[in-house]
This record gives sequence, structure tokens and C-alpha cells, in this order.
Amino acid sequence: MALIDTINPLLTTGWSKGDAGWSLKDYEARGGYVQLKRILASKMTQDDLIAEVKKSVLRGRGGAGFPTGLKWSFMPKAAPEKYVVCNTDEGEPGTFKDRDLMRFDPHSVIEGMIIAAYAVGAKLGYNYIHGEIFDMYQRFEEALDQARAAGYLGNNILGSDFSFDLFAHHGWGAYICGEETGLLESIEGKKGQPRYKPPFPANFGLYGKPTTINNTETFAAIPFILGMGGEAYLNLGKPNNGGTKLFSVSGHVNRPGNYEVPMGTPFAKLLEMAGGMRGGRKLKAVIPGGSSAPVLPADIMMECTMDYDSIAKAGSMLGSGAVIVMDETVCMVKALERLSYFYFEESCGQCTPCREGSGWLYRVVHRIEHGEGRPEDLDLLNRVTDNMMGKTICALADAAAFPVRSFIKHFKSEFEYHIENKKCLVDPEVQRAGSGFFKAGAA
Amino acid sequence: MTNQNDMLSPEAIKKIDREVAKYPADQKQSAVMAALVIAQDEKGWLSKETIAAVAGYLGMAPIAAYEVASFYNMYDLQPVGKYKLTVCTNLPCALSGGVHAADYVKEKLGIDFNETTADGRFTLKEGECMGACGDAPVMLVNNKRMCSFMLPEQIDKLLAECK
Ligand SMILES: Cc1cc2nc3c(=O)[nH]c(=O)nc-3n(C[C@H](O)[C@H](O)[C@H](O)COP(=O)(O)O)c2cc1C
Ligand code: SF4
Ligand code: FES
Repeated sequence: MALIDTINPLLTTGWSKGDAGWSLKDYEARGGYVQLKRILASKMTQDDLIAEVKKSVLRGRGGAGFPTGLKWSFMPKAAPEKYVVCNTDEGEPGTFKDRDLMRFDPHSVIEGMIIAAYAVGAKLGYNYIHGEIFDMYQRFEEALDQARAAGYLGNNILGSDFSFDLFAHHGWGAYICGEETGLLESIEGKKGQPRYKPPFPANFGLYGKPTTINNTETFAAIPFILGMGGEAYLNLGKPNNGGTKLFSVSGHVNRPGNYEVPMGTPFAKLLEMAGGMRGGRKLKAVIPGGSSAPVLPADIMMECTMDYDSIAKAGSMLGSGAVIVMDETVCMVKALERLSYFYFEESCGQCTPCREGSGWLYRVVHRIEHGEGRPEDLDLLNRVTDNMMGKTICALADAAAFPVRSFIKHFKSEFEYHIENKKCLVDPEVQRAGSGFFKAGAA
Repeated sequence: MTNQNDMLSPEAIKKIDREVAKYPADQKQSAVMAALVIAQDEKGWLSKETIAAVAGYLGMAPIAAYEVASFYNMYDLQPVGKYKLTVCTNLPCALSGGVHAADYVKEKLGIDFNETTADGRFTLKEGECMGACGDAPVMLVNNKRMCSFMLPEQIDKLLAECK
């Protein structure tokens, strides 16, 4: 189980009982479904509901940080058939918060989705769940059965004239299905290849119908926002960065895990909560928002607070809130090589700049790592990224380019050393010890 | 001519029907991903004939189902060992031993990625991020069972358990 700690628990209130606290009766005991009941009983208008979410300045937790209330308001009112879709295809390297949300509090996601469906007028919804976490898919199906039996899903929910049903759909190993239009294609039973945009899902979504798609954590926050009011939620964080956020801290810390903290919490505090650096070693670099976000060197990162604006100002992205911590045992060339391989492997192949470019990036970084780099390779890498960014159907090409550019920008001398000396700057034995896999003295 | 539906057992058909019921009546194809998993679980892997049977049952062209089966990484279009082990080696896991765990399994089983042991017991695969990086090293057994914190001792135990 991923360890957790929190300064201001909202999303993680239900997590303290671990696997024993996820079911309907536990969720109800901690105030679950109260917001849905209140909305239905008071016949709250869709406009009032969306206005409350707007006030919270909740920004989408899937990576792009788009304001959720605004997104909901784009849904055409009159359309007869509309959908709500949840994105639990969590595959951005470093991110593992949605898995724990599904594991410890699936009903908060369900309640959030029902409320969203009410707000946008959808009658049917799907939660798309990463294939690799099949046990969470099964748990979610169980939670859906509980909700249906209790009258929270189906026709005339709790005796109202509002009807909505919700089902789980699983992926089967394709990172690109995390991209929202690739995900919709995948629900339609096709290859998960992203669509051209516009039209955006709010106009042309699942089965060509208006669709609201949000991340798991975004939906899970909704009942809490309505419980405390949009303004109180906003004030938990800082202006333009409302509320709390889950951060998945991985890599060289003593206690990897999910941490829920208010937006604007200093990175240094988060690092301390995660138990500090493993073995007391020195922090070298951090990728603050999932593998697609630019890497930041230790000194810049230590000055950041954990919110969209601070991280953007430092030259990176808060992204999915995946904080990948690297210490001095890391060879930055090798680290980049693995990330570049990932994007090469996961490119869906529709756009030439992405398909070919991601292959070039991987092969060139690979040859530098393996002692065959050429002096002109760093310029070549930057040129290849120039030809990828902003020139493709989806943002995967940019996601492949950002790590390359930022690793070279901040750790150029390490790449140059590699090219000149045909070996890592960091001693291989030091690198080997860094992972903690081999006990001291063992083979 | 054999009826293609004979390829799938009544239990499998029942499970597929449950999936089909999740989608609007004119969107049966939406169930293809789940149906292919159900078929793979039953047959061990997906032959062209199995894929065609699934397609036939859902009323889609065999090539459309094949496109899906070949796009997503966890469908096995070739026979695999009784236990397919997929080790995540992506960077966040590697920082906590993902690559070393894969190396350890390779050495113990005497196979590389995408190979199967001579006794047909194990196939080893390299995986991408499974959304469980806080539990690194992690590996999947037969796609559906996630194993966390796989240090040498835990790997030894797992391999001994897979008979
Ligand atoms: C390559 C790629 C992968 C993505 N993966 C995910 C993902 O795993 N989960 C997610 O919620 N959003 C992911 N996104 C973002 C989604 O496209 C979309 O913006 C998000 O689901 C919207 O929800 P939100 O507004 O609540 O954040 C990805 C985007 C791209 C380009
Ligand atoms: S940018 Fe890459 S992943 Fe995205 S649609 Fe184009 S080829 Fe596919
Ligand atoms: S990097 Fe291995 S599970 Fe995420």
C-alpha cells in the first residue's frame, strides 16, 4: 500500500482504514452521497451548480489544469444525448494517485460523476480504467453495484426525475488512451488514436455526442467542494490554484506514496513528508508533474511551491502531480534514455513528426548513453524537438520533446561528458547502489 | 463450416454479454476490448481464429477486432508461458529497482524479455508505467495480478509459487 500523509485531508479522509474503508456504508458514514441528496432534494439548478464549481477554481487534475466549472459550462444545453466520462487511464510515468482513489474511495468518484452528470444533463457515463490495475476495475464494478442497489444510480435517482447510469470500461495497455479523444475512440471499440480538435468533446465526444471528460481526482473533489462551498475550497489553496491536491511522490525518497496537501505547499515540506532523501543522499533533480513535464534541478525545485503557477514560473508543469525525485546516484543520460524509449514505444503513429521524431530522440539519446554519441548530437536532439512541438494531433509529441530539451538544458555538461568520454559521469557502481534493490554486500 | 461461436465457451459468452449490456444497443463494438480479454483468459492467447470469433459475435469485421488486438500491449498474439511476468522498468520504478528486478528475474529464469522458459512456465515482458510507481519494483502476473515491492526475496517467493 502506498503510504499516505496529509496536511489537510479531503480526498484522503476515507483512506485511513486502508482496504477496509472503501465500501458504500463506510462512505455514507463519513458523509458520502449527502451532497447528491441535497442537490436532488433542493432541485438545485444546473447553472447554480456549475457556478459553485467555478467559484472553487478547481482545475482539472489530469494534467492540463483546465478549470472544471468552465469545461462543464461548454456542454450544449439542448442536446438530447450526452455523456460523462472519467479518465482513470493513469499511465503518465510517476502518477499513481487515481489508483489509490479507486482503491480507498471509489464512491467519491461515483458521487462526483453523478453530480457532474446532473450539471451537464447526461444520462450515461463511463469510467475508463487503466488495464494494468484490473483489481481496481473489479472493485469499481462492485462499488457501482452497491450504488445502484442503494438507488444512487439508475432511473429516477432517489425518487427524483433525474436518471443516470454509470459503467466501467477497462484499457489494455496503451498510454495514448489517457489522451481524452484517444480514450473516447477506445470506448468505441477502436484503436486509441486521438482525434483532431476542434471539435472538442463538449460538442463531439463519445459516439459523436456532447461529452464531459474529467480526471478521477477532479470528480472525487466535487462532493467535497459542494460540502464546504466553492469559496472555502478555493481558500484552502491559493488564488487561481484552488483546494488540495494529491501528489504521487516516487523515486529516491524514504517514503514514496501519495500525499494530499493544499495547493501552494512548499516543495521542501512535501519532501519532508515523504521522509526526506533516501539514505540522506543529495537531491539532484525533480520532475514535478509526471514524466512529460520538464525536469528541474534541485536548487530551482527547492524554491518552488506545489501549485500550477509556481511550477510554471520555474519552467515546468504541475501536470498530473507526479513528483519524481532523483538523487546524485542518477545518470541523467540514462534517465532520459528510458523516458525517450517510453514515448517512442507509445506514440500511436498517426503523425509523422511524432512517429519519426520520437524514434530519432530515442536512438540518439541511446547512442550517447552507449558511448557512441557525436559532438553534434545535442544540437540534433534540439532540432528534432523543434520539428515535433505543436505540429501534431495530440500533445504526446510535446510530451516526448519536453524531457529531452529540459534534460539537455539543465544537465548539458553531463551529456557532453558522456559524448567525450563515452561513459557516465556517475560511476556505474554508485548508480547501482542508488535503487536500493541490492542489499549492501549482496550480489 | 464450423460455427465461429463454438470457439467461445458458454461461460465466456455470458461474460461478453454482460459487457455488451453496458453500452447503447447500437454500440456493441464498445465491448470488444473486454471481450478480447475474456477470450484471451480462456484460450491463453489470441489466435486469428479467436479474434475472428470475437468479431463475429459482436458483429464487427475481423480486421477491426484485429486492429484493436494489435494496438493494445496486453493482448498476446503469440502463445505465452503459463505465467506471463511483466516488469515495469520505466524511470520512476527504475529509481527504486525496477530494472534491477527485471535483471534478477532474467538471471533466475535464464531468459530475456519476450522469451519463454523451455518448460513453458514463464514468459517475461518489459512493461511501461502501471500507475503503481510508489510500490516499486512492481510486476504483473498474467495481466491481472499486481505484485508490489518486489525485492529479491519477494521475487524468489513469487517464482516458487508459480508452479
Ligand atoms: C499523451 C497524453 C496522456 C494523457 N494521460 C492522461 C491520464 O492518464 N489521465 C488523465 O486524467 N488525463 C490524461 N491526459 C489529459 C487528458 O487528455 C484530459 O486533458 C483530461 O483527462 C481532462 O480531465 P481534467 O480536466 O479533469 O484534467 C493525457 C493527455 C495526453 C496528451
Ligand atoms: S502526436 Fe503522436 S501520439 Fe498524438 S496523435 Fe500524433 S502520432 Fe499519435
Ligand atoms: S513507473 Fe513503474 S509503475 Fe509507474
